[in-house]
Amino acid sequence: MTTDLINRLAKIVGPGFVSGEAEERYLYSMDPGTMPAAAPDAVVMPANTEEVQQVILLANELKVPIVPMGAGLVLSGLTRALRGGIIVDMKRMNHIIEVNPQSRYAVVEGGASQGMLKSYLKKHHPQLKHSMPDAPPIATMAGNVCIHGSGHLSVLGGSHSDMLTGMEVVLPSGEIIRTGSCSVSGEWFARSPLPDLSGLFVGWAGTTGIVTRLGIKLFPSYKHNDVLIFVAEDADLMPEIISRLTSTQVAEDMTPWMSPKPAWAKGFLHINIAYGAHTKKELIFKRNLLQASVREYIDQKIAGFLPLPPPQKGRFLEIPSPDLARFADLRKGGGFEYVGALMAIEHFPQAYRAGLAIAEKFNVSYSLGSRIIGAGHCMMFFFAYAFNRADAEDVKRASDALEATNEAALKIGGIPWKAEEPAQKQIIDKMDPNTFALMDRIRSVLDPNQIMNPGNWEK
Amino acid sequence: MEHEEILHRCFRCGYCKLPGNYVDINCPAYLAFRFETYSPGGRMWLLRAWLDEKISASERFAEIMFSCATCGNCVEHCAFPEFRDRLLLAFTAGKEALLDAGQVPAPVRDYLTKIQLHGNPYGKSVKKSGQWLDGLDVALFSDQEHLFFIDDVGTYDPRGQEIARSVVTLLQKAGISFGIITDAMNSDGNDVKAMGETALFEDLAEKNIKVLNKLNVKKIITLSPHSLNALKNDYPALGGQYQVFHYTQVLAFAMAGLTFSDKEPEAKIAYHDPCYLGRHNTDYESARMILRSVPGVTLVEMDRNRNNALCCGGGGGNFFTDILSGGDETSARVRVREAVDAGAEILAVACPMCAVMLEDAVKAENLDDRIQVLEVSEIVRQRF
Amino acid sequence: MKSIKFNPDLCVNCETIDCLMKCQYVTFSDIAEAREEKLKINDGKDSRVLHECLTCYSCQEYCPYDNNPFFLLVERQEEKGVLPAPKPIVEEQLRMMAPKGRITKQAVSGPVVDMCAFPMLTGCVRGKLFEGASTIVGTDIFCNIMWLHFAKNSTIRERVPQMIDNIMSFYLKDSDTNELVCFHDECYGTYTSVADAYGIEVPFKPIHQFDYYNQRLDILKDHIKPINAKIVYQRPCSNRLCPQTDQVLDEIFEKIGAERVPRKYDRENALCCGGVPRAHQRDELADELVEKNINDMLSVGATYCVFNCPFCMATLGQEVAEQGLMPILVSDLVQIALGE
Ligand SMILES: Cc1cc2nc3c(=O)[nH]c(=O)nc-3n(C[C@H](O)[C@H](O)[C@H](O)COP(=O)(O)OP(=O)(O)OC[C@H]3O[C@@H](n4cnc5c(N)ncnc54)[C@H](O)[C@@H]3O)c2cc1C
Ligand code: SF4
Ligand code: SF4
Ligand code: SF4
Ligand code: SF4
Repeated sequence: MTTDLINRLAKIVGPGFVSGEAEERYLYSMDPGTMPAAAPDAVVMPANTEEVQQVILLANELKVPIVPMGAGLVLSGLTRALRGGIIVDMKRMNHIIEVNPQSRYAVVEGGASQGMLKSYLKKHHPQLKHSMPDAPPIATMAGNVCIHGSGHLSVLGGSHSDMLTGMEVVLPSGEIIRTGSCSVSGEWFARSPLPDLSGLFVGWAGTTGIVTRLGIKLFPSYKHNDVLIFVAEDADLMPEIISRLTSTQVAEDMTPWMSPKPAWAKGFLHINIAYGAHTKKELIFKRNLLQASVREYIDQKIAGFLPLPPPQKGRFLEIPSPDLARFADLRKGGGFEYVGALMAIEHFPQAYRAGLAIAEKFNVSYSLGSRIIGAGHCMMFFFAYAFNRADAEDVKRASDALEATNEAALKIGGIPWKAEEPAQKQIIDKMDPNTFALMDRIRSVLDPNQIMNPGNWEK
Repeated sequence: MEHEEILHRCFRCGYCKLPGNYVDINCPAYLAFRFETYSPGGRMWLLRAWLDEKISASERFAEIMFSCATCGNCVEHCAFPEFRDRLLLAFTAGKEALLDAGQVPAPVRDYLTKIQLHGNPYGKSVKKSGQWLDGLDVALFSDQEHLFFIDDVGTYDPRGQEIARSVVTLLQKAGISFGIITDAMNSDGNDVKAMGETALFEDLAEKNIKVLNKLNVKKIITLSPHSLNALKNDYPALGGQYQVFHYTQVLAFAMAGLTFSDKEPEAKIAYHDPCYLGRHNTDYESARMILRSVPGVTLVEMDRNRNNALCCGGGGGNFFTDILSGGDETSARVRVREAVDAGAEILAVACPMCAVMLEDAVKAENLDDRIQVLEVSEIVRQRF
Repeated sequence: MKSIKFNPDLCVNCETIDCLMKCQYVTFSDIAEAREEKLKINDGKDSRVLHECLTCYSCQEYCPYDNNPFFLLVERQEEKGVLPAPKPIVEEQLRMMAPKGRITKQAVSGPVVDMCAFPMLTGCVRGKLFEGASTIVGTDIFCNIMWLHFAKNSTIRERVPQMIDNIMSFYLKDSDTNELVCFHDECYGTYTSVADAYGIEVPFKPIHQFDYYNQRLDILKDHIKPINAKIVYQRPCSNRLCPQTDQVLDEIFEKIGAERVPRKYDRENALCCGGVPRAHQRDELADELVEKNINDMLSVGATYCVFNCPFCMATLGQEVAEQGLMPILVSDLVQIALGE
């Protein structure tokens, strides 16, 4: 069966872009996180939508599972082939198809990377930028939008799925469909005013189709950029501090962080606040607004802005920030994974304390933080644990800590984001049964042969 | 295997796949094959898996390992400081271990065997290594200030020979004192070492060092950046201590002594940084200095330049083994497209291997009427 | 604990109250008011000066009797719990700059150049100017004078003797020299002015960078290629602790052919670079200082903006460069004149 599969896939994409060899099956069986390996039978790399369609039709015919994959950097093991089958590595489809500078959107292929779009805009449309996550730059736009990612413009524009303007998707049954304005007008400016079918594909962990194109919002790129770091000692103040800072509607990105390393930072709560402006004057005006919003705490001397001479700011203005990836080298063992839980901002202190308690209980190297989404509308609170890949016990410790964290996040009222397969089950347990029943019904309509990434979002 | 202890530290984050400005894939092997397995992180994990006996030393695994062009992009852009300095060393050690295990791609075996037998991959007699001169009048090395060292490609490949002659003529014109050796030099061994054949490398190097030391050579000018790398960085540990320069490094400071004709053709030129001059030896300026001082030349930059340069795909022995060839996305082909996009009419190279690789790519891409590949010395000489 | 060397009687009899009357940041309606505030400080009472002070060190220089008005002021701030900056900000910096105990013995020989806590500056020590020099650097030999800006005399008392001890036992004791060239004049200020006022013993001889350059320039005079350029100088707070070195700087400038163009905010009237007020969360004041300083520099026309203090350069350098002046450290300017 496998040789047949490989041969038939080779006919679609060409022999160089399909493999059922041990090397690929091994490497694609896991991601850099803690989830156990689950190997595919084949890895295929289509070059265009038609090839994706052909691959899906073949999978239907042979009843073989299909797993869409971007850069596989989600860390929670979502691109593993839980039931075997074909991993569709989308990264050959990396073209930037269109940039509309007037209506500020870009249309990219389903495997286009964050880094490439950044670089493309910098060269061809320096007045525009998109919201980058801090994921390594090879991470794909589609993979990130599909998981409701967030990034450097998330205070300004919400989560990255909020920035989505439309999609081209190959359905599990093989039809190619479009969502958003492009389905009517050929332009990719908005998801409204139509029934919002894009929702059928974001948050589903690749179980509802393969995104081959997507439109995303672009934003003004500023000539002058700055970052402030606000430091406080009392976690209970954080929700109000966040609320005041976001009330100025000035920040592009706000990322609280609490980490025992470097040693000077331990026990303090920091918020990096990034903002930009077209002129220096405007930049200073914005800074003053931000500072004024929390002046009360400064006057009480209980919190304040860390003095950073301009040369030291560069590091905090780097997008994406490689510091996150470097966390994986903390234990000289090439690994970290995090629970990112979406939650209401008032739960900040609880989440923080839960994180500290879990880190202590499981004795793991940790870093806690969050990204504010929207003008203080919610946050993604992350609990990151580094581990040494070569030490099975250490991996187990991190994995146990992650599981406990998922549990704790749910208890607080948060929802694990890009949840690992077991965490999906934890979520389903708490989910309104009618909601889950609807999810199931939708899937059975879209995917009658149950080939799309089975094993995910299942009870 | 050496450096085994760092393999698991790779996070597979993939910073190493890209240049620092993220323009596009910048690891030639990953660019050509596109499977994660061919990316630097893939190599690290596969090596670990092999040592852990989770995969075997298959033909494909060997192909993956030997497809690395040792371009150094991963070393330059990996997210982890210090760790990254050892990436290429680990890959080389991995190749060495594969050689020990007897799993070697056929072209690699052929390459190494020829060198072992003849001292060069062309299977020619070292005694006749002066044929490239083709009547040119160059003194043999006796007591000149420099020895001019020519790599295998410059010595035996027809296009390489042209370049060698061009550089020699230019060095003479610039009044630089040098001599050559025509009957005794073996391959510099740079790419042999990159392939993990350490013993053969040491053998080649020791033979060369013996000749060089006997002639009391102190300063060496190399034609190829690969030779520069071996002679400068690896020979000292084997008893060969010389001051080694790439010819562009010497010429850059002698340009003032050259006179150019009045009617120089205007040309937009993009310079392709050779990995072994650029990333491996951090000289991004000498060749540019030369080109800037040539009348009529306008230097344009490709999106990927200096430490972000995309390798021609010829490093690590791939020039000879061709593991990276075939397909539309070989780095040489992508590179010449990039040069055309940058508006260049001439793609300047400073390495005989780059010259051959990129010229072939221009043909494959049907870009002959848009762009010409020329070696830096040829551009200079055209304008006398 | 030794108290700050200071004589209250001098203030009682002082005719000018220069320390406060000359202050550029706290203003008084008349000398009587200044006297009243000064006496409050001396008596350990609360004074608005304790709250409004920019910690610019200048009163140390203004006082004609060397009565250590600034050191005393900091003492009082700390006693009264007046925090110039929010607690977490001070706390984090205290940790960042704490001795890390990473120091190891290293053979050094004269001239030994103290680079304070800033390893990125060691590249400045090169060429003929520093021929044969050894450098020492790290938070384990950090001069710790910065705590004057944060009402932390206690930290100075605690850490400076440790640093001195480290410098001696890890470097100087077994070397051929008892002299320490201070690349940063904050270090020089610490080992002279502060040490003297706080009663801290210094077993080595601190040499100010300017004195060192000045001497070297005499030795290297044949190598000097006058730069023939106009410069403006940004005098740092720490130079208030060793005002005599400002004349030495003039000699240096003369020797290398740099014309120190007179400007409003130079010499005794030097204006803070704006770095410290930012730490004090007074960014708008800092902006104002930067603007005044730069407009002043631009108004006189110069090629270089010369910095003594690397921190001032970090604070102002980018802005200065954007305005078309070349920011440069004194040592680098001297290096240029030496053809390096
Ligand atoms: C160091 C580090 C920092 C990170 N920082 C951030 C951050 O700041 N913000 C953030 O949002 N994330 C972050 N992440 C998480 C994650 O890496 C990113 O969200 C990334 O963009 C995911 O993209 P990917 O291409 O790797 O997706 P993958 O991991 O390949 O896929 C993610 C999911 O989407 C599905 N999928 C992928 N492509 C398609 C497609 N074309 N069609 C349908 N389904 C598809 C997959 O099946 C999977 O379920 C970070 C990760 C790391 C390692
Ligand atoms: S080699 Fe470095 S950059 Fe590449 S995947 Fe590994 S850790 Fe990341
Ligand atoms: S050296 Fe170059 S070809 Fe080899 S793995 Fe690194 S980036 Fe790829
Ligand atoms: S400190 Fe000096 S200037 Fe100030 S009042 Fe006392 S004596 Fe006068
Ligand atoms: S230190 Fe400066 S601001 Fe403070 S009182 Fe003295 S002169 Fe005034």
